[in-house]
Amino acid sequence: MAVDRKAMRETIARRAEKEIQSGDYVNLGIGMPTMVANYLSEDKQVMLQSENGLLGIGPYPSEEELDPDLINAGKETVTAAKGAAYFSSAESFAMIRGEHIDVAILGGMEVAENGDLANWMIPGKMIKGMGGAMDLVHGAKKVIIIMDHVSRNGTPKIVKECSLPLTGKGVVDRIITDRAVLDVTDKGLVLKEILDGSSFEEIQEATEPELIKE
Amino acid sequence: MKQIFSSPDEIIEGIEDGATILVGGFGLCGIPENVIQALVRKGTKHLTIVSNNCGVDDWGLGLLLEKKQIDKIYASYVGENKEFERQVINGELEVELVPQGTLAERLRAGGAGIPAFYTPAGVGTKIAEGKEVRKFDGREYVLEQAITGDVSIVRAHTGDTYGNLIYRKTAQNFNPMIAAAGRTTIAEVEHLVEAGTLDPHHIHTPGIYVNRMIEAEQENRVERRTVKEA
Repeated sequence: MAVDRKAMRETIARRAEKEIQSGDYVNLGIGMPTMVANYLSEDKQVMLQSENGLLGIGPYPSEEELDPDLINAGKETVTAAKGAAYFSSAESFAMIRGEHIDVAILGGMEVAENGDLANWMIPGKMIKGMGGAMDLVHGAKKVIIIMDHVSRNGTPKIVKECSLPLTGKGVVDRIITDRAVLDVTDKGLVLKEILDGSSFEEIQEATEPELIKE
Repeated sequence: MKQIFSSPDEIIEGIEDGATILVGGFGLCGIPENVIQALVRKGTKHLTIVSNNCGVDDWGLGLLLEKKQIDKIYASYVGENKEFERQVINGELEVELVPQGTLAERLRAGGAGIPAFYTPAGVGTKIAEGKEVRKFDGREYVLEQAITGDVSIVRAHTGDTYGNLIYRKTAQNFNPMIAAAGRTTIAEVEHLVEAGTLDPHHIHTPGIYVNRMIEAEQENRVERRTVKEA
C-alpha cells in the first residue's frame, strides 16, 4: 500500500493545531511538531516558545531577513514575532519546569498505555539525545505526542510497555496519530476520535494495548 | 582590569591537556568559533567538554571531535552530528547526555555556588539511575549536581573593557551561565568597546565573571538555512 507520507503528516499537524487555544504559550518539538505552526489559525493569538531562548517564534525569514543569531530549537533560521522576548537557556527552562507552558507538542518513537514516552535513543543504533524533551514532559501543563500510528514495518508504536529508553514516565496526556486521537487516562487508553475512517476494531488491531471506547 | 588579547592562540595559553572546558552556544549559534579553532590548532588533548551540542562535522566543536581531542563530553543533543554519534556508539568518546534544562541549571548552579538541586526531568529514566530521588508534595524529583569548569569560553555580541557582555538574539542561550561557571572565563566578542559606553541596563553578563577578552570576526555559519517560500 502506497502511503502518502506528506498527507499523513499534514493530517496529524492539522489535528494537533486544534489542541492549541488562543492565549496559549506553546512549545513545539523538532520535526513534525514544528509543522503545526504552519496550520495555526489566524484567529488564535499564540506565543510559540523555543528552548534556546525565544518566546514568540515568527515565520521563516526572507533572504534579506535571514540572521544566523536567530534560530529555533531545531537550529532552523526563524524570525521573532511581534512582542517576542529573548533570554538564556536557564530562563527558558525555568519557564518550562515552572509550568508556565500551556501545551507541549512533541514527537514520539513509542508511547505506552500508562503515558510513558520514549523518543530519544535506540540503544546501539541511534543516539539523538533528549534535548529539552525530558524537561518539557514534566513542565508543560499538557503533553501531546504526535506520531505515525505504526512504525514503517507496521508494528504498533502505541504499546503496553516501552522497549526503548524512556524520556518520561507517565507523562503523556494525549496521542494524535495519522489514524486516531487517544487519551491516556487512569483506566487506560481511551479512543477519542478516528481520523481515517477506520472502525474501532481496525484501530485496535494497530494498537498493542486494549483500547477503551469513548 | 581584564586581559585583552588580539590573538586567539594567545588567549588560550594555560589551558592544559585534560582540562574541563565549558563552551557556550546552541548548535552553531553563539559559539566562540575563533577560540575553538585556536584549541584545534594547538592540539590540546584529553579534554572534557560541556556544551549543549558538539558543533557539526566540520565546524565548531565538531573540529575538536574530528581531531580526537575530546575524551568526554556533557551535552543534551547529538542530533545530526554523524562523527559525534559514531564516536559515541563505538565507545571512542565518553558522553554524558543531560536533559537540556538540567544542563542549563547545573551550569547556573555551578556559577552561583549551589552544589546541587532537585528537578523532575529524568525521573524514572536512565538519567536518574544511581542518583538520589526524593518526593516533594507527592511528586518525585532527581538530585542533580552543579557543573563548574577550569575554563569557560563564551561568545557575546558586544563587550566592554571591564568585561561586561551583551548577547544578541538567540545567540545568548547557554553563554551567561557558562560565563559564571568557569574558574577562568574567556569571552570572544564581535565588538569590543570602552567601559562606560554601554548602558548598564542592557548588560546581560556583568564583567565580574570575565577574565580574558578578544574581539574577533566570526563566520557565523548557519546550520539549517530555512527561508520562507518566495
